[in-house]
Amino acid sequence: MLKAVVLIGGPQKGTRFRPLSFEVPKPLFPVAGVPMIQHHIEACTKVPNMKEILLIGFYQPNEALSRFLVSAQQEFKIPIRYLQEYAALGTGGGIYHFRDQILSGSPEAFFVLNADVCSEFPLEEMLTFHRLRGNPETFLMLGTTANRKQSLNYGCIVANADSHEVLHYVEKPSTFVSELINCGIYLFTPAIFRHIGAVFQRNQQELLLEENANGWQRAEAIRLEQDVFTALAGQGRLFAYKTEGFWSQIKSAGSAIYASRLYLSCYSQCHPERLAQNRTGGPTIRGNVYIHPTASVDSTAVLGPNVSIGKGVTIGAGVRVRESIILHGASLQDHTCVLNSIVGWDSTIGRWARVEGTPSDPNPNDPYAKIDSETLFRDGRLTPSITILGCNVTIPAEVVILNSIVLPHKELSRSFKNQIIL
Amino acid sequence: MKALILVGGYGTRLRPLTLSIPKPLVDFCNKPILLHQVEALVKAGVSHVILAVSYMSELLEKEMKEQEQKLGIHISLSHEKEPLGTAGPLALARELLTENSEPFFVLNSDVICDFPFADMVRFHRHHGKEGTIVVTKVEEPSKYGVVVCEADTGRIHRFVEKPQVFVSNKINAGMYIFNPSVLERIQLQPTSIEKEIFPVMAEQGQLYAMELQGFWMDIGQPKDFLTGMCMYLQSLRLKQPERLHSGPGFVGNVLVDPTAKIGANCSIGPNVTVGADVVVEDGVRIKRCTVLKGSRIRSHSWLESCIVGWSSSVGQWVRMENVTVLGEDVIVNDELYLNGANVLPHKSIAESVPEPRIIM
Ligand SMILES: Nc1nc2c(ncn2[C@@H]2O[C@H](COP(=O)(O)OP(=O)(O)OP(=O)(O)O)[C@@H](O)[C@H]2O)c(=O)[nH]1
Ligand SMILES: Nc1nc2c(ncn2[C@@H]2O[C@H](COP(=O)(O)OP(=O)(O)OP(=O)(O)O)[C@@H](O)[C@H]2O)c(=O)[nH]1
Ligand SMILES: [Mg+2]
Ligand SMILES: [Mg+2]
Repeated sequence: MLKAVVLIGGPQKGTRFRPLSFEVPKPLFPVAGVPMIQHHIEACTKVPNMKEILLIGFYQPNEALSRFLVSAQQEFKIPIRYLQEYAALGTGGGIYHFRDQILSGSPEAFFVLNADVCSEFPLEEMLTFHRLRGNPETFLMLGTTANRKQSLNYGCIVANADSHEVLHYVEKPSTFVSELINCGIYLFTPAIFRHIGAVFQRNQQELLLEENANGWQRAEAIRLEQDVFTALAGQGRLFAYKTEGFWSQIKSAGSAIYASRLYLSCYSQCHPERLAQNRTGGPTIRGNVYIHPTASVDSTAVLGPNVSIGKGVTIGAGVRVRESIILHGASLQDHTCVLNSIVGWDSTIGRWARVEGTPSDPNPNDPYAKIDSETLFRDGRLTPSITILGCNVTIPAEVVILNSIVLPHKELSRSFKNQIIL
Repeated sequence: MKALILVGGYGTRLRPLTLSIPKPLVDFCNKPILLHQVEALVKAGVSHVILAVSYMSELLEKEMKEQEQKLGIHISLSHEKEPLGTAGPLALARELLTENSEPFFVLNSDVICDFPFADMVRFHRHHGKEGTIVVTKVEEPSKYGVVVCEADTGRIHRFVEKPQVFVSNKINAGMYIFNPSVLERIQLQPTSIEKEIFPVMAEQGQLYAMELQGFWMDIGQPKDFLTGMCMYLQSLRLKQPERLHSGPGFVGNVLVDPTAKIGANCSIGPNVTVGADVVVEDGVRIKRCTVLKGSRIRSHSWLESCIVGWSSSVGQWVRMENVTVLGEDVIVNDELYLNGANVLPHKSIAESVPEPRIIM
């Protein structure tokens, strides 16, 4: 049997996702209409013989997470549990800490998935590729091609062209190493814990030499990438499976819009029921659009491409929405125009107001370009980005909000451009 | 009586509109700027209008020939080969202006107000001297040349260019009346009437100032054009409210040509003029704008403080503001944002203009 682990991080992570991560844990932020990690879970449940999915992170138990667990278990008919680390243990420390839970029932292998990626998740292909080798002492990581410049922001893999063995691994190098990058999607066998365990032992030895150290915590904090993969490379144990399917990180809020576009575009294959259709009496739909069944959308509105409309959202007459995510309870009054933006939960946009951001899409002329999740500021100036309205923001009628980030519960009284509004 | 109207400037500050037609022919509140003046002159008893022209005169000539018939007056054009400034054109038209001894009007072509022509004649005859200029009060005199005159008679003492200490709040309103003898002072060469002729006349006690009542605006640049439009519409509200449009969807003072079509669920006004054959589609919001003949504003757009040039098309969900001026036959694609854009004629705009600039 098989299992899967999703590394969901914790509250201190995801700062580039503010102000949206104030309201909801980033892994639950809706991408193409469903929580980010539901895409992971769905992909896992499609793998035959998948018996359990574990979410590992360091969030305090919270209502949003519990509700998600309940509804996902109902939907996918598979046990899904949340395992909470006592502190941030890194991408390797968490699975090591909970190794007994993972190994109970004796899985043949288990997937480990970073929560903040979007992907086609070719898990079955990975499994086939792994089984072909027939060696339970080997592990597999999913790789994809990046351009030379952007590869430096990722974990870089040098692999043997024929055997696909990882010969060299380096996390975020400062000079070019390889165009093949780590997707944060792995297939491990139980043998992986011997290798993580070795790192743990070494950490503990080092800590014993130091005085007054709180040994446990520090020894258990282990990074898969730097501590484990780098050591496994060239040992005949770590292999790379290269995917040509779509893949992106979801670090900034802007990348959530991009990720939505990628998922929406595969809905025509896997979830046609989630794509809104043009029908008489309904709004005009251009391209791929997701509308939650409880949303109320006027028939004169024009939506799409790449729009996700959340639960209980109200869209008035003559409203235009393109390349945006409208979160639950928001209200877009008549004639508003929302482009390249995320409209927060329960926010209200007044008549004829314009809420617009600048897309941060990857260079469309470079097939290997990835989205840049750079920092908000460059040379002391806010870089033009998508516009984000936090939760419960009120935008008055007829103003324009351009390339701005509005923190939650603000009531604006005029136009703003290129600003962060506290 | 005769009147000479100075229409020979290039109108550079009202570009891009004046790249298509001469400034005097640009519609202000649905009527060519020049016609506002000519009609008022006719009312005051003027029967011969001389247009002092230099560039793009064919269009003007054609247009004014039509008006000649309608108004039942004589309109002649005085062509200058080189721009003669604001006084030189009088010398060029010397023969026409000195046919008899009656005083004549001289006007800048781009001021708008309640034209006080009959009052000017009365005032001028009353003081009996060579010239009268109309003055108007402004709030910030340091930006203009001001006129210092005697409070009760109006006799002008002197002119002060951009005064740094307050000497007067009255400025030249661009409307004059002169006796034919003024021509003895003017040579046939480029000359500025304000700088070279008036100071001498004032010194000799031959120039009087009549203070204008009510609104006044030099509409020679887009920002002031829109301000002047607001003033003109307010005066219409007081004098001829029946010419303004009212009803659901209209707010404040709005002038709509009868041939224009306005869609459902729009909110138009305050201070909007919509020209002939304009089509405003559904759900459009317009305030403080002039929309010129033949344009189309597509649904759900939002426009404030803009001039939309002839036969232009503004796409759906477009936002235009901050003195955006579209020249003739400009196309603005759907969903764009234009902030203070100045768009030359026959351009098609496919990208937003978030900060003020000129689109060549
Ligand atoms: N359970 C758990 N998950 C973690 C922890 N740290 C990171 N993660 C998750 O692991 C995934 C990868 O996170 P990182 O390694 O921080 O991110 P990265 O992809 O290297 O990108 P950077 O943030 O640029 O370093 C994300 O889904 C995180 O939520 C941790 O301490 N515990
Ligand atoms: N006939 C004639 N009229 C002139 C000449 N220069 C200016 N005018 C007119 O004098 C009036 C006042 O001039 P301005 O306000 O400077 O207007 P303008 O020169 O047309 O426009 P700008 O290029 O924006 O300065 C306007 O009615 C002009 O048409 C000239 O050389 N000859
Ligand atoms: Mg990392
Ligand atoms: Mg000039």
